[in-house]
Amino acid sequence: MALDQSFVGRTYPPTDPYEVGREKIREFAEAIGDSNPAYTDTEAAKALGHPDVIAPPTFVFAITFKAAGQVIEDPQLGLDYSRVVHGDQKFAYTRPVRSGDRLTVTSTIEAVKSMAGNDILDIRGEVHDEAGEHVVTAHTKLVARAASEEG
Amino acid sequence: MAAKISYDDVEVGTELPAQSFPVSRATLVRYAGASGDFNPIHWNEKFAKEVGLPDVIAHGMFTMAEAARVVTDWAGDPAAVTEYGVRFTKPVVVPNDGTGALIEVSGKVAAKLDDDARTVRVDLTAMSAGQKVLGMSRAVVRLA
Repeated sequence: MALDQSFVGRTYPPTDPYEVGREKIREFAEAIGDSNPAYTDTEAAKALGHPDVIAPPTFVFAITFKAAGQVIEDPQLGLDYSRVVHGDQKFAYTRPVRSGDRLTVTSTIEAVKSMAGNDILDIRGEVHDEAGEHVVTAHTKLVARAASEEG
Repeated sequence: MAAKISYDDVEVGTELPAQSFPVSRATLVRYAGASGDFNPIHWNEKFAKEVGLPDVIAHGMFTMAEAARVVTDWAGDPAAVTEYGVRFTKPVVVPNDGTGALIEVSGKVAAKLDDDARTVRVDLTAMSAGQKVLGMSRAVVRLA
């Protein structure tokens, strides 16, 4: 069943702040095998002009995708999550996420489309810091495959 | 922000150093923990096959993270990346054979976007087992 077009433009309440910890950044950097010292060494990060260690570019997805749960699990929208695959992902940064950030995410449904029986949902997650300054915007495209494709 | 590559030193077609990233089941378990994405298609072979996949597959976001390293290692400062996007076209299949999979990433400068902001667009190619696993993989990078 096609998703309701009237959901386009709907914005969900901002999430409670996620506090970015330096050890979580280190764990993530190690998990992707990235030894860039800007992720783990405060002095190296400062030498690049950052106040503290920064996170790899895709780190913030864990935060924005959790926030997108508000949309994905919205019973009124009725997305069948068991059929969802991640189609596209894009980030636009004002600055890198860094240790000590307290980040809130505001999720908005940007587009709802139906193509060849697939439901396509574009979610924008605006990430702001404690001062209300923009940090990064995440654009996530989810595709719920048509039920008839299942064997 | 302190990129180590100068805008004036690159041109359209400049190639970034290519890199290959090995992925094993252990890599995926570790990434699941670090990212909080515990979807069983990334660690449970039985489950993956039940939902129609050939085998366990890597997290798309893991592949996206590895591809970014070609850009951040080149630029020096990861904060030089001001935009980054990908399309997940094919899964990276990770067999439990002691070897796993390999993600091969190359990149080149596709456009010089803004002489004042000193931004370029880098187009990335990510391959695994001879298949293109990311499409539209592009980063905007602010150079020195």
